[in-house]
Amino acid sequence: MSTIVKHHVAHHFYDRHQESASAKMGIWLFLVTEVLLFSGLFVAYTVIKALNPEMWKEASATLNTTLGAVNTVVLIASSLTVALAVRAAQTNQHGEKNKQIAGLLFVTILFAGTFLVVKYFEYSHKFHEGMLPGTHYAFDGIASNNAHLFFGVYFLMTGLHGIHVVLGMGLLTWVMIRSLKGHFYKDYYTPVEVGGLYWHLVDLIWIYLFPLLYLV
Amino acid sequence: MSLTTTQATVDHANDPPETNYLRAKSGLRSWLLTVDHKRIGVMYLFTVFAAFLLGGFFASMVRWELFSPNYDELGVAIEGGKIFEGDTYNRLFTLHGLVMVFLVIIPGIPAALGNFVLPLQLGAKDVAFPKLNLASYYIYIVGTVMALWAAIAGGVDTGWTFYTPYSSGVDGSVVMMVMAAFVLGFSSIFTGMNFIVTVHKMRAPGMTWERMPLFIWAIYATAIIQVMATPVLAITLLLLAMERVLGVGIFDPALGGDPVLFQHFFWFYSHPAVYIMILPGMGVMSELVTTFARKQIFGYRAVAISSLAIAVISFLVWGHHMFVSGQSVYAGVIFSALTFLVAVPSAIKVINWTTTLYKGSISLDTPMLYALAFLVLFTIGGLTGLFLGALGIDVHLHDTYFVVAHFHYVMMGGTIIAFFGGVHYWWPKMFGRMYSAFWSKVTAWLVFIGFNVTFFPQFIMGSRGMPRRYHDYLPEFAEFHRWSSYGVVILGVGILIMVVYLLHSLFKGAPAPGNPWGARTLEWSVQSPPIEHNFHEIPTVVEGPYDYPLAGDGGATKA
Repeated sequence: MSTIVKHHVAHHFYDRHQESASAKMGIWLFLVTEVLLFSGLFVAYTVIKALNPEMWKEASATLNTTLGAVNTVVLIASSLTVALAVRAAQTNQHGEKNKQIAGLLFVTILFAGTFLVVKYFEYSHKFHEGMLPGTHYAFDGIASNNAHLFFGVYFLMTGLHGIHVVLGMGLLTWVMIRSLKGHFYKDYYTPVEVGGLYWHLVDLIWIYLFPLLYLV
Repeated sequence: MSLTTTQATVDHANDPPETNYLRAKSGLRSWLLTVDHKRIGVMYLFTVFAAFLLGGFFASMVRWELFSPNYDELGVAIEGGKIFEGDTYNRLFTLHGLVMVFLVIIPGIPAALGNFVLPLQLGAKDVAFPKLNLASYYIYIVGTVMALWAAIAGGVDTGWTFYTPYSSGVDGSVVMMVMAAFVLGFSSIFTGMNFIVTVHKMRAPGMTWERMPLFIWAIYATAIIQVMATPVLAITLLLLAMERVLGVGIFDPALGGDPVLFQHFFWFYSHPAVYIMILPGMGVMSELVTTFARKQIFGYRAVAISSLAIAVISFLVWGHHMFVSGQSVYAGVIFSALTFLVAVPSAIKVINWTTTLYKGSISLDTPMLYALAFLVLFTIGGLTGLFLGALGIDVHLHDTYFVVAHFHYVMMGGTIIAFFGGVHYWWPKMFGRMYSAFWSKVTAWLVFIGFNVTFFPQFIMGSRGMPRRYHDYLPEFAEFHRWSSYGVVILGVGILIMVVYLLHSLFKGAPAPGNPWGARTLEWSVQSPPIEHNFHEIPTVVEGPYDYPLAGDGGATKA
């Protein structure tokens, strides 16, 4: 369907510029809260690593760097496709790019799914080996004490990130369906942009998690 | 026409009343699904007030237990001394703290009064994200239900601070309570985001930053803290829940973790949070003082900027809760110095309000009585805070009733008193009805006297070593505790009278004019209650919020 559905500015705004500027500021503030949410985990990471440097080195070496690297590439690629989707929406004149926007978002969601599948294999390996947080820890391949703390931090950080990936997939699916209906065009593409910004953050957090957990 | 020179050039205060927001739509659905900031504010107001009565009930139970010591000097049980078992008492004070902090004081002024007033004062039709605003209300309700559920099923006795490792091992529904606070945090974040964007993007033409009412500056500074600090609480509470569910061990010394880390996390949110609690109260103060002194605020810019200064410095002082926790002495010294620094902007505000009163044309209406009470009580609360910020003195006073008295003078003597002042100030605008002037003044006095009788003795017994959170005490403290409990009775009577005359005014109160106090900010330029979209046409602002005409030029008569 190559038409567009005109967007109506909500009653309490003067015009679409005020509306889209508000939405953009809102999502940036939300991203600030997301960064601060993760910041607590980064502090916990720093403190526990500083208290147990040897253990950290040993435990970190048990992670599968190849799988982590593959996932990093997958997420960076997904950031590219979502950015292209935003660009397609910005240049969508009369609905001729509706399918292109949806397609790019679909590829982004596929990348996100790939990320989760890889993560599933990593997780199930650790479950199998007993590399688990706290009192559930049952692995005997690490000589240093307190390795359960490393896996506590590992699962909390990657787990919270994983939840964000799932939420992002849901958000992008909603945007994709609406883009097929022709809701987004050069004068109104706020949800595509908001979804894209959120997805970039999800990507960005992983780009910090990968070196901090796998490479140190 | 005496009111034509209010901040707005277009003045509809005396137009024939049009269908107001309360009557624009009817039926339960029209309230439950409303996206009108005024209705959401009203729903918050009633919910917060109900929570306040609940929290007050728990406080009364605590004071009932403490009315008399359980044993006399010889160790003989005193008849009627012990009301509750120790465990029950611990749950009662925990619930009192949790309800008052998370359900009353944090959402109180911003979500109830701020929601109603902020768009009106800015000359906007609504907040930037009306649906998010409604969502924040329902998230608040979900959090409240979870908290009450946790209180009934199992109870929580950790205190509102949830310190580990006690909280990670103790029985009770700690996980549910922690998740309730987590959910409530989202509600707070959404309100904060909404207000920041509204202030940046929704101001009426001519409403420059320097023409914004000081209430908005305060709510804006509050919103910044809500957005920046609450996520840290969220992750802290999540970690605590994981500690209990998965046994992660990050805060557990037995598993190689660090319990003091929890305290750092907790206070990194919770110290800024006390400014989430007090800043809106300060904003209300600026409105009340100027309106009832009929005078331009003394030092507008200083008061406005001091709100932001408080917001910034508030992030740097959390360690003063931890002077005896074993944190580094050098950290203690720095936190102590920063704590003294945060007193400066607060003092600027107090001094500027007092100076505003000087040679003002003061009318002692009920909201002004609360404003004057705030000045006295907040000054006491603020100055005793400096005692606690001083390293040597804090070691002696830490975890005593001195601390309890200090934060009640700020939280109740400051925030709740300002909340009452704000409710009495904006009530005619919200509901188009006046309340009884006589009974509301009686109540203001009862609250002021009852408050001081309750909490002043706590300073004295605290300085003599009475520890906080104990359910029994030595007979030498009996006199102070008895007075403290008497004070609660006076307070309780006052608040019950308030509930009665406010409810009465809803149905039987005299109709309120558009501008009963002769104030000059934009919300008073429209009819009471306002129409659904606030303004017939968006006003163009041409002057500051407190440009009262000088005495004698004939413009300052009261409506």
